[in-house]
Amino acid sequence: MTDEIQAIEALQDNEPLKPHRSQWGEVWLQFRQHKGAMVGGSFLMLITIAVIFGSLVWTVDPGKLDIRAKDYRPIYTALWDSDAKTAWKHPFGTDQLGRDGLANMLAGGRTSMAVGWAAMLLSLFLGAMIGVLAGYFKKLDGPLMRMTDLFLSLPILPLLLVAVTLFRQPLRANFGPEGGMFILIVGVIGITSWMHTARIVRGDVLALKEREFVLAARSAGTTSRGIIMRHLLPNVVSPIVVSATFGLATAIITESSLSFLGVGFPSDFPTWGKMLADSVSRMTEFPERVILPGIAISLTVLAVNFLGDGLRDALDPRIRGR
Amino acid sequence: MLTYTIRRLILSVPVLLFIALIIFLLLQLAPGDPMAQVPLTVPPEVKQKMREALGLGAPWYVQFWKWLVQMFWIEPMVFIDWLTNHSSLLGWLPNTDFYTPCGPAVDGPCDLRVISWQTRSPVMDIIIQRMPQTLWVVGLAYVVAFFIAIPIGIYSAYKQYSAFDQAGTFITMIGFSVPPFFTGPLLIVIFSVYLGWFPSIYDTTHVVNDWDSFVVQLKQMIMPVMVLALQVTAQISRFMRASMLDNLKQDYVRTARAKGLPERVVLLVHVLRNSMIAVVTVVALAIPGIFGGSIITERVFKVNGIGDALIGALFASDMPMVMTLTFIFAFLIVMANIIADVLYGVLDPRIRYD
Repeated sequence: MTDEIQAIEALQDNEPLKPHRSQWGEVWLQFRQHKGAMVGGSFLMLITIAVIFGSLVWTVDPGKLDIRAKDYRPIYTALWDSDAKTAWKHPFGTDQLGRDGLANMLAGGRTSMAVGWAAMLLSLFLGAMIGVLAGYFKKLDGPLMRMTDLFLSLPILPLLLVAVTLFRQPLRANFGPEGGMFILIVGVIGITSWMHTARIVRGDVLALKEREFVLAARSAGTTSRGIIMRHLLPNVVSPIVVSATFGLATAIITESSLSFLGVGFPSDFPTWGKMLADSVSRMTEFPERVILPGIAISLTVLAVNFLGDGLRDALDPRIRGR
Repeated sequence: MLTYTIRRLILSVPVLLFIALIIFLLLQLAPGDPMAQVPLTVPPEVKQKMREALGLGAPWYVQFWKWLVQMFWIEPMVFIDWLTNHSSLLGWLPNTDFYTPCGPAVDGPCDLRVISWQTRSPVMDIIIQRMPQTLWVVGLAYVVAFFIAIPIGIYSAYKQYSAFDQAGTFITMIGFSVPPFFTGPLLIVIFSVYLGWFPSIYDTTHVVNDWDSFVVQLKQMIMPVMVLALQVTAQISRFMRASMLDNLKQDYVRTARAKGLPERVVLLVHVLRNSMIAVVTVVALAIPGIFGGSIITERVFKVNGIGDALIGALFASDMPMVMTLTFIFAFLIVMANIIADVLYGVLDPRIRYD
């Protein structure tokens, strides 16, 4: 009678157990189901690599004026108009001063993406900090949330315009024309867009801090700082990641809007928004100069939004595994 | 409900005052000098006098107090005078004479209105002239967006994962992502340059007095309204779809079907009313973005609304104008938020504010 107890037929595993998957493995599996998110994610990666390393491959200086080679059309115009002024040395054409279109697109993209990422990180940091503080410390909750409501009812774009126009000079004097503008734009976008993250994080922290594991940590003598850093923040990572993607999209659009309205970077420093704004007046003759940067902005934002959608589904445990 | 509305209105006063203070301090901190455009040949002491004449010599709290007095005491007096003297609505009332304009003929106390440094005319007059254009464009964009977005949201939630739903989701995603400063020029190229259907510039002096002029007005409004409506439509229909999906899974839907209600009634009466509740909040949250979008749209289509005035004033460093306009934007946003919150209570009987 020393045989092992055999499970009845129906309960036996008829194949070996699958290896245990980690939480992030699950997330990745769910994320891969979302086709839009995969396409969006790959496109975002592609465009990021292109703007970072593109200037190593396409070594034309974006600011180089070549007035003899002005007003080249992009190479695809030759498909339907064989008389168009096109050349392989300027695949995206040149502008009215002979600056190369492709080099400008790459340089402009680098600025737009850099501003987008930096502003997003700043607003995430502010939003997560304010959200955690408001959710965790009861005394801070009231004042911090009133402040959030106040910021939510601020007219953001008018205020951004005011701040950028008025603070342009001193920052330029201190950090150089490009550096000053970069700090200013990232700063104002970050300071005015943290509210949604803060609200979401606060809500989650409010629910989390009543859970047993926080109680256990506290009874083990963990300080508030330790609880926040080790127990609360890792648990609110998923809403933060999701709002990060939407923050990136908003930041890119806001930067381009500022450039479009003429209060962005200096005129010899290309960004997608400014390239678009500069070409609107000659849009009928050279539609590509509006359409190419416009499509670049729209596709990047579209990719980021799809990525955010996929991440939200993947990180939501109620949807995951279905 | 009424007490709640009144309480919200009273509470909005400190909020608005605080926003005004933030804007004012921002303008004060800024190092921009309104005399920067004055020729260098003007001696510095004359420049200093010019600055003092603009009221810049006083400390900031005095300036802020004076702005508050001008905005909330003198401007209402002007408005009441106008109402009783000139308007057709209240013109039958005895004429009032609260406001005494300053001038060489007046000695004794007189009232100074908020004066624009650009045009030397009262800021509020300019705003009153320009406000209708902005409100028309923004308001119509909302109406159009609602009528497009709600049916799309309902149908794509009802037929989840159908071809219509997939296409709808994709299109709203695009509407979400394409910025208005790109759609604007694109529409101009397509519809006014190549097709020639609509004018590319909004003519504010156009007067509507018969059918033909109404058609012209309609034509020039279509493009700015559509550009703004695209953004709003995308947001509203996404949220409409999500909240319809949430509600369709609820038990009361099964009950309604089980007691034999026609599908149309279940969907359009039971589910729709409950789903609208969530949408109202989204509409309120989207309002600051819409006013931001209206600035760009006004710039693209040359609508001379308050957004266009703000940019003009900024470039001319016309501080009273910038201050007042930004405050007006804040005021519109706060009021829209209150309306949305009150509507929320009206739509959802479970919400009791008192």
